[in-house]
Amino acid sequence: MATSPKLDAKVPDGALETKWTKYRSTVPLVNPANKRNLEILVVGTGLAGASAASTLAELGYKVKAFCYQDSPRRAHSIAAQGGINAAKNYQNDGDSVYRLFYDTIKGGDYRAREGNVYRLAEVSGSIIDQCVAQGVPFAREYGGLLSNRSFGGTQVQRTFYAAGQTGQQLLLGAYSSLQRQISLGNVQMYTRHEMQDVVVVDGKCRGLIVRNLVTGELERHFGHAVLLCSGGYGNIFYLSTNALGSNVTAAWKAHKKGAFFSNPCYTQIHPTCIPVSGDHQSKLTLMSESLRNDGRIWVPKKQGDDRNANDIAEAERDYYLERRYPAFGNLVPRDIASRAAKERCDAGYGVGKSKMAVYLDYADAILRYGKGEANKNGLHNPSEAQIHDLGIAVVKEKYGNLFDMYQQITGENPYDVPMRIYPAVHYTMGGLWVDYNLMTNVPGLYALGEANFSDHGANRLGASALMQGLADGYFVIPYTIGSYLAGEIRNKALPTDHEAFVQAEKTARERIEKLIAIQGTQTVGSFHKRLGKIMWDKCGMARNAEGLNEAIQEIRALRDEFWTDVRVTGDADELNIELEKAGRVADFLELGELMCIDALNREESCGGHFREEHQTEEGEALRDDENFAYVAAWEHQGEKGWNLHKEELVFENIKIAQRSYK
Amino acid sequence: MAEGHSADNMTLTLKVWRQKNRNTEGRFVTYTLGGVSPDMSFLEMVDILNTQLIERNEEPIAFDHDCREGICGSCAMYINGRPHGPKQVTACQLHMRSFNDGDTITIEPWRAAAFPIIKDLSVDRSAFDRIVAAGGYISINTGNAQDANSTPVPKEAADEAFMAAACIGCGACVAACKNASAMLFVSAKISQLALLPQGQAERRIRAEKMVAQMDEEGFGACSNTGACSAECPKGISMTNIARMNREYYGAKLKSTNV
Ligand SMILES: Cc1cc2nc3c(=O)[nH]c(=O)nc-3n(C[C@H](O)[C@H](O)[C@H](O)COP(=O)(O)OP(=O)(O)OC[C@H]3O[C@@H](n4cnc5c(N)ncnc54)[C@H](O)[C@@H]3O)c2cc1C
Ligand code: FES
Repeated sequence: MATSPKLDAKVPDGALETKWTKYRSTVPLVNPANKRNLEILVVGTGLAGASAASTLAELGYKVKAFCYQDSPRRAHSIAAQGGINAAKNYQNDGDSVYRLFYDTIKGGDYRAREGNVYRLAEVSGSIIDQCVAQGVPFAREYGGLLSNRSFGGTQVQRTFYAAGQTGQQLLLGAYSSLQRQISLGNVQMYTRHEMQDVVVVDGKCRGLIVRNLVTGELERHFGHAVLLCSGGYGNIFYLSTNALGSNVTAAWKAHKKGAFFSNPCYTQIHPTCIPVSGDHQSKLTLMSESLRNDGRIWVPKKQGDDRNANDIAEAERDYYLERRYPAFGNLVPRDIASRAAKERCDAGYGVGKSKMAVYLDYADAILRYGKGEANKNGLHNPSEAQIHDLGIAVVKEKYGNLFDMYQQITGENPYDVPMRIYPAVHYTMGGLWVDYNLMTNVPGLYALGEANFSDHGANRLGASALMQGLADGYFVIPYTIGSYLAGEIRNKALPTDHEAFVQAEKTARERIEKLIAIQGTQTVGSFHKRLGKIMWDKCGMARNAEGLNEAIQEIRALRDEFWTDVRVTGDADELNIELEKAGRVADFLELGELMCIDALNREESCGGHFREEHQTEEGEALRDDENFAYVAAWEHQGEKGWNLHKEELVFENIKIAQRSYK
Repeated sequence: MAEGHSADNMTLTLKVWRQKNRNTEGRFVTYTLGGVSPDMSFLEMVDILNTQLIERNEEPIAFDHDCREGICGSCAMYINGRPHGPKQVTACQLHMRSFNDGDTITIEPWRAAAFPIIKDLSVDRSAFDRIVAAGGYISINTGNAQDANSTPVPKEAADEAFMAAACIGCGACVAACKNASAMLFVSAKISQLALLPQGQAERRIRAEKMVAQMDEEGFGACSNTGACSAECPKGISMTNIARMNREYYGAKLKSTNV
């Protein structure tokens, strides 16, 4: 297979360990006086966007940043719970840059680019240094040094965390740096603004059309470069762990202006979420993967067993992950844990009212910690009750906020009865195609964080998204953007009355007017729900050709129905929550088709993409490296659909192998 | 139906503040909503009302929300006279099992001069961002940091800093305070950074600048009633305010910076 001539990944030559160092010392620089004249637009102020905007501003560029929330501090990154990886080897347990690189490539089921992933592992340590210097209050040991825990898919402890609120603390760190640059006048921040389109002039990205969500006004902004840091598109499934406003609009509009969209079918379904409770449900809540460190997952050995969990004896329980994967047990990667839960529930062993749940049990952990504490405190003959209380205290300190959240949502006390969990859509590995510089195939247009496709292959390991977002923003883009902007110093800012801006604004306005003019009978939400159901049933945890073909037809029909029968209340020139939702759902209705096309094209199972036709006898995913070791990059061709370009994945440093966690 | 138990299918009377924009007057509009399940979150209940409004061709109620898991700080509703309602959790984490069939629930936006209303329940909280911009950070450019373990931080200090840093910036403290004071919010940030060795260099100037910006935004004075902390969905403690006062007066004694 040859890589399409349209896809030059620009990974530097040379040994893996030297690529990034060599690149950094040879990349063209922009002198400070010129930086002041170069304008950079950043869409999104989550971890990727806030870190990029503040760092580029520190370097002297003129930066404008946009987000749809009322403050940059509310980006969806804030919700990340579990932690952030870094190859610090503070635990002296054999970690190294190479090992983090290796785990990430393997975890991604050998569908990521070696050069990018190695760089990610290389800069991971600096991220922790930077965050600590900003005042991020990571968890610490009594000696005052940083604490670590383990996460799925690895056998070392390299995850840094701040209770169950790591994303919040990292984002507040990046936000504080951003606010500092705002106060210095180096960043202009536009909150409650949503990107509507990118402006492309002579093949280069030159700016944006954004909508002021309070006044409804469409604005034109020029930029020498545009960075899309707009997050993932998991909300296409309607129910997901993402924030309700998370959307694909920014990336999708860029895609329709020429940027290739890669691997859209790679979706991460997280194994430990609170199960759906009813039709009213608007989102699903994640229970951090860190809970799998201490919790044990099981279902009854008997099908349709209706007894209470605590009445089911030890011998009647099936700890199916420990049984199937003794080496990693409850800590297998997410895709494997999710499919195993689905397999048990589909086979009739599920628990709870809906029977679409498995148990996550802390009884053993409480006992183990309780005994440990009793020993520490010199209690020689502790009673069962004493052990239980001591154990609960430890679990409370480690996971208290998660347990509280579970109780708040379900009304059940997880210290007494095992939690019920089920997989839910969580993260999207696919995204805009980018090269080593994080630039899309449209010059001047970049994608960072979850919005790009680059580092996680077909499955992301826990605690790696925060790492990637901050790596992209703090340590990669500040260097790589120079290689493009060094060539732009002679180009003056384009006046925004340029024809390309006028046209892009007109298109955006017409679309808004059209949405409002339909005045149909069905709500935006009802379309979103129906789309989500198609995606979950036919392009979710397991996919097959028949279902995907049906889904494509159903999505097309739903899209037509949407554009003739949706009802958007209110006007264009005011805060209009229905209009905002309608624009986002309209884009999801296009993306859904591409996701199914991509899933149909990929005749193999890998990571989060499981094709039922391609599995081993034991039901494990069966990759086809001969024919599918490539990145699928889809080119939008208007009414004609999509054209596939392939970037071959070459593994020079890792021996590609069947992924085994047994 | 016994008291304290919510029926599986509740009917509620909702008195909701409706206001088209900053420049028009608002008023309460009363709606009756049936089919409410105790498993719904408060915002899911409002979603259902909104769906019905759209079906009747009326405008849905505008409100801010995003994560729906109590961490982004977007949601902000004054429910039955209390910010975020009767439980010490955010409105998105409040469940309808906290209410009873037949209840009347009053829903208003945050009321504070420094938080002007944008529409219905949505208010402008950008004053908080400006206070942080005034000094709520450690001035360190990317790339300058030393190794993360080179400065040990006592666990107690790190834990206490974390507890202050857990503030979600929702503004419930301001809404709860009869003076609409922002002391709890501001003090949480000042405390977090004052407790950590990394925050020492700018300790004084930070307190001065943030307090000056807080005053400029038009937040009221603190009279130490503790309503802010009592209503805070994240349990941010009053000791932060005491610490901030120490920081601030300590700084003022020595400087005339701000
Ligand atoms: C519940 C949960 C828990 C998680 N826990 C972990 C964890 O423990 N460890 C880990 O590594 N990862 C975790 N993840 C994944 C991780 O949080 C995300 O992948 C990551 O934070 C994404 O960051 P980002 O900067 O790319 O995007 P986001 O944080 O999603 O930010 C997107 C930004 O783009 C803006 N935006 C979007 N569209 C537009 C538009 N059209 N116009 C203008 N602005 C726009 C938004 O306003 C926002 O500012 C978790 C994810 C979830 C859902
Ligand atoms: S919606 Fe995020 S805190 Fe309520």
